[in-house]
Amino acid sequence: MAIYSPSLPKSLGRGLLKAEPGSLEFEDIQHFLIHRSPALAARYEFLTFREPAAGRAWLGAMTEKVTTAAAVRSGQLDTRWVTVALSWNGMRGLGLDDHSLASFPEEFRQGMATRAEVLGLTGRNHPEHWKSGLASADLHAIVILFARDVPERERCRVEHEKFLLQCQGVEVLSSLDLEAIPPFDYAHEHFGYRDRLSQPAIEGTGEEPMPGSGPAIKAGEFVLGYPDEEGPSAGGPKPEMLSRNGSYIAYLMMEEHVGAFRDFLRQHGETHDEQELVAAKLIGRWRSGAPLVLTPEKDDPELAGDYQRTNDFDYGKMDPHGYGCPLGAHIRRMNPRDTAANMNRRKMIRRGGTYGAPLPEDAPEDGRERGIAAFVGCASLVRQFEFAMNVWANDPSFHELGNERDPIVGTQDGSFDMTIPKRPIRNKIKRLPAFTTIRGGAYFFLPGIKALRYLASLT
Amino acid sequence: MAARVIEAPATPEEKLRDWTKPAAMAIPKEGYVSVKNGRYGPIYPRTPACHGFTIIAKIKPGREDAIRSYGKTIEKAITDIPDVLETLKLHYLRWVLFDIGQDTYFMYQGIFDTDFDKYTEDAVALFKKVGVNTVFENLEGFPEDWKTNVPAFVKFLREHQCPSFLEYGEYPYATADEIKKALQLKAKFSEMLDLMQ
Repeated sequence: MAIYSPSLPKSLGRGLLKAEPGSLEFEDIQHFLIHRSPALAARYEFLTFREPAAGRAWLGAMTEKVTTAAAVRSGQLDTRWVTVALSWNGMRGLGLDDHSLASFPEEFRQGMATRAEVLGLTGRNHPEHWKSGLASADLHAIVILFARDVPERERCRVEHEKFLLQCQGVEVLSSLDLEAIPPFDYAHEHFGYRDRLSQPAIEGTGEEPMPGSGPAIKAGEFVLGYPDEEGPSAGGPKPEMLSRNGSYIAYLMMEEHVGAFRDFLRQHGETHDEQELVAAKLIGRWRSGAPLVLTPEKDDPELAGDYQRTNDFDYGKMDPHGYGCPLGAHIRRMNPRDTAANMNRRKMIRRGGTYGAPLPEDAPEDGRERGIAAFVGCASLVRQFEFAMNVWANDPSFHELGNERDPIVGTQDGSFDMTIPKRPIRNKIKRLPAFTTIRGGAYFFLPGIKALRYLASLT
Repeated sequence: MAARVIEAPATPEEKLRDWTKPAAMAIPKEGYVSVKNGRYGPIYPRTPACHGFTIIAKIKPGREDAIRSYGKTIEKAITDIPDVLETLKLHYLRWVLFDIGQDTYFMYQGIFDTDFDKYTEDAVALFKKVGVNTVFENLEGFPEDWKTNVPAFVKFLREHQCPSFLEYGEYPYATADEIKKALQLKAKFSEMLDLMQ
């Protein structure tokens, strides 16, 4: 999952990014999946359209506020970045015709709540427990505001609030404020794990893949209307205007039970070093971000932050049995690298941030909600996001493990295990507790700018 | 040793999987004991005989020889690259042609360890990667755009799947990888014993 980082994205840090010949229509693509914004605060607003005309008026005005990929690439230093996305019900609520609505893929038409079982969202993760109206058919749109800092976010919040007063018929179902958590020297989440270390580079953006990440991925894996890893794009929503430069995003709001997590570490490690090793084994990286495959015995924070080295490893040759990184560790499940087939068709772009106040070290669980609210962007929810959740996160038989799920994003109910390979005898942690709970989620379509204008001008 | 009959493959039962006890599973007519949804529709249960399918479809007139020659194509592909189908996590394939009246039907049985949806996605990717067309192109109703339309491929398979009503495993739930590891272990132990002579 991705967390805010104060560091400038590589694009801005280097200044103007050079467009490659035949590359993407950056002026028509929302920046969201193409370039990360250097935000320290954010706000997500979930909206419903009570009147189609009001929804279209709102969308028309908001489209002009959306930050394009071209704007970020130009090197201009913005203080806020706006993204707008729509649910299938939202496009219906704007008055899109039945033929077009039917041209969207089935999983998107159904929505995340209906697909809960596929995603392993059962037990306390089930949509019946979700709040904020996310499981409701009334959820029509999301505005994702990334802001340079909290005052800028508040300024934008007030501005949008004022604008909504002029749009009778568009209502906020719920909202979520997000802020980066200290220390701010690198992006991390509430458990303390460094994040944003492994993201695919998109071909045509000029971004160089990190060593060990393989070549840049065809843009069609993330943006509709471009060739993907298997050839020309096909089967996008109709009319073509809608699919050109659009993407799908899956939203997940995941509460992190920091107290339970720390208790677990204390139960399974007597010393600080032992606890850090258990934490590392769950994820596959030390909390600093250093990968266990490269440094299995002790942490190496310098390696963690060295982008030339921190991703430069495989599993099949360097750690086939999982003595460094366990076979069921989070990063080995969610990106099996060389040990899974068709990896280039399963890549995803992650965005998002942390919400809730951090739990101070050594403080007991305070019962306050905190976690990650993140997005996964892709060209096919069923092939990319749903596959990752269904097979990599929640299939107990993954890598022949038999009775395990992803220790962080898998659905845990206290009945699964975690095997930590170790010579001479492996360590099996029985009945792993749930460290997280999914509090909400939704599928959205992230249209291109022209498609947003088309939707706003429906009659 | 008495065979164990499992009526419902609920998750807790699956956790008690024991390869030492032969097991059978009777499956209702619909093909599911309880409906669990997968990415492309209800998931057929993992039985003591693992995942699998039995696809039965009418062949296009005059295509019998093409289908039979496809057997040779696969045989050569495996000879050239023995692990070419490795990603499918297969145990066995069985292809049969048979007549009903004037029509000829093709039966494709596969036993494998991934779920039905993942098998199909992997198969489409594999066929495209190695540049072979699929034998299914000789079947009536098969989508011509299968290479770019995985959901249509999956839909065809689901529509022509004939679920078992009984499946049995002498060593239930063991995966192909586990069996291969056990055989490797036996070979390594034999080698170790040789070295100790």
